[in-house]
Amino acid sequence: MATTHSTPTGDTAAARPYLDQIDRLKGELPGAALSRVRELRRDGRERFAALGVPTVRQEAWKYTSLRPLEKVAFEPATAAAAAGTHIDVLPTVRPAGQTGPRLVFVNGRLRADLSSTDGLPDGVVLTGLADALSSHADFVGERLGRLANADEHPLVALNTAVLADGPVLHIPRGVVLDDPIELVFVSAAADGRATVFHPRTLIVADPLSKAVVIEHHVGPGGAPTFANHTAEVFVGEGATLRHYKVQREQTDAFHVSHAAATVCRDACYDNFILTSGARLSRNEVHAVLDGTGASCHVSGAYLVTGEQHCDTTTLIDHARPYGTSREVYKGAIDERARAVFQGKIIVRPGAQKTDGHQLNRALLLSDTAEIDSKPELEIYADDVKCSHGATAGELDDEALFYLRSRGIPKEEARGLLIASFLAEAIDEIPEEPVRDAFAAIATGWLAARRGGAR
Amino acid sequence: MIEIRNLHATVDGKEILKGIDLTIGPGEVHAIMGPNGSGKSTLSYVLAGRDGYEVTKGSVSFYGEDLLAMEPEERAAAGLFLAFQYPVEIPGVANMTFLKSALNAMRKHRGEGDLDAMQFLKLVREKTRSLNMTDEMLKRAVNVGFSGGEKKRNETLQMAVLEPKFAILDETDSGLDIDALKIVADGVNALRSPERSMLVITHYQRLLNYIVPDHVHVLAHGRIQRSGGKELALELEQKGYKDFGVEEAA
Repeated sequence: MATTHSTPTGDTAAARPYLDQIDRLKGELPGAALSRVRELRRDGRERFAALGVPTVRQEAWKYTSLRPLEKVAFEPATAAAAAGTHIDVLPTVRPAGQTGPRLVFVNGRLRADLSSTDGLPDGVVLTGLADALSSHADFVGERLGRLANADEHPLVALNTAVLADGPVLHIPRGVVLDDPIELVFVSAAADGRATVFHPRTLIVADPLSKAVVIEHHVGPGGAPTFANHTAEVFVGEGATLRHYKVQREQTDAFHVSHAAATVCRDACYDNFILTSGARLSRNEVHAVLDGTGASCHVSGAYLVTGEQHCDTTTLIDHARPYGTSREVYKGAIDERARAVFQGKIIVRPGAQKTDGHQLNRALLLSDTAEIDSKPELEIYADDVKCSHGATAGELDDEALFYLRSRGIPKEEARGLLIASFLAEAIDEIPEEPVRDAFAAIATGWLAARRGGAR
Repeated sequence: MIEIRNLHATVDGKEILKGIDLTIGPGEVHAIMGPNGSGKSTLSYVLAGRDGYEVTKGSVSFYGEDLLAMEPEERAAAGLFLAFQYPVEIPGVANMTFLKSALNAMRKHRGEGDLDAMQFLKLVREKTRSLNMTDEMLKRAVNVGFSGGEKKRNETLQMAVLEPKFAILDETDSGLDIDALKIVADGVNALRSPERSMLVITHYQRLLNYIVPDHVHVLAHGRIQRSGGKELALELEQKGYKDFGVEEAA
């Protein structure tokens, strides 16, 4: 793509332990009989070896250092450890007692015993990639590796080099799924050993279909984990895909995710990410509006404290006319935590009548909290409407005094103001059960923070 | 009984209140009149406990308790209410949620249980009707997009719901036309009772035609210069504040 800047390469020495792991894992990976998959892995390894681990010298990683990863000797996740990990409670947005379609992955491996695909309409495929590589080999071979760009993104290349398992969802033409599909990702370091894994997600919504997908990312903690996710999402003509994610891993976890979506003519892609977990997280969302009248809503809320680092990087690529995009991010940053927001909107030549809107607002709850915001617009068409805004501020003293003067205790008043601040982002979620569940998670975070402050 | 004794207060290191003495008995309505910059709003913020207003000398006894030692929310729970001159807009917090949080916080402080949603709704409906307020105003975010009159009615509604022992009305007439002023004054008058005291702070005598005080005090240069009955307000209306060394029309 013409948009890449010439940047220095990453740290190729830091890549070496991962390359060794790739070589060791090679014989164990599923789907080795498929030439397309073999090629993808081979190219992925090659690109990762050449690109190296990203460093802050590179523009795309300017504010997020992966150096802390080097201090941990990560071991690749094993199938045996994933199968043996005890899971007692799984997160859900459903009311208690209700069940629905769900896949559970432990360290990126499908746990069929905890998963259910009951009640899905005929023709819908919901399974793990390891299984799909044999059960739906043609479909996977045709779609995999088309959207996530391993040539430019080293961690996508790394993921591709060892792709093995992760959710595969195919919704056939015209099928409307009323029930949301939940994908649960558990990061668990078996026997206290630092563990790395690379889940791969593939979602294909055929024309005129509709689905809601909710990802939960959790982990029991105890030892560091490094989850390096790559997701590819096709939204066919006139289809609607709502893709929600909540990441609540423990604060010894590293969480890196790259979601690449292509949105076709008159289709709509919604992405919302709620982040409150992990020591270091980066959510990269790339959406290409590749058909006339395509739209996307890419939003999120981040709640970080302690020493947490949370990076949100988005790229909205308006490639065709009459596209609309809307981004609303809000974050609450406390103690010594740091958040990063890099949001880029590209309007390609000919993408006339584009309407793009981007907003990132951060609330700094302590003197040592930090936000780095980098909005970027690249516009090559002349009849477009694009706006962006980034603000950082503190809680409004006047509003706080007003609430307290009505008898509301200080911490409760602060909580009310923070919750109302975050609501502007969470209200972007049109699905009520998801919106309510995410709002409740934010409230829980505020309550825990208050409890800790006492 | 509220007893203010020799109250001195500074803002940004500058002394604004220079020895206020004032005693307000149960059920009494006192008015404080004064020119701009006399310290009227400072007095209301000091009593409500706002940060940045430093008491350097004196005391305030609130029904036997040391008011100045309390946090703002404790003062509210003890029964003090400040109707703001400029009510604050709080985007994202519904007026209804705000009122409910406030009332339940006060009830908790008094050792009473939370009102449930139905009980609360019934209570608020009764109070809004008497203030000519619509349910729609309860659903909107606190004071956001409210007209001047709506904001002051909202302050009065909060007072009606929280039922304080002592209410300070800080320039309640500012920004109101005569019709809005009458509605707000009617709301305030409906809350007058033998147990509830009020301190009405104003620049203009006009408000006192509608909320008739028992006592009137003139505040200038950080001190109460003169006290009298309601006829003092009329005198100020005619003569202005120049007898108190202030060149300004009343």
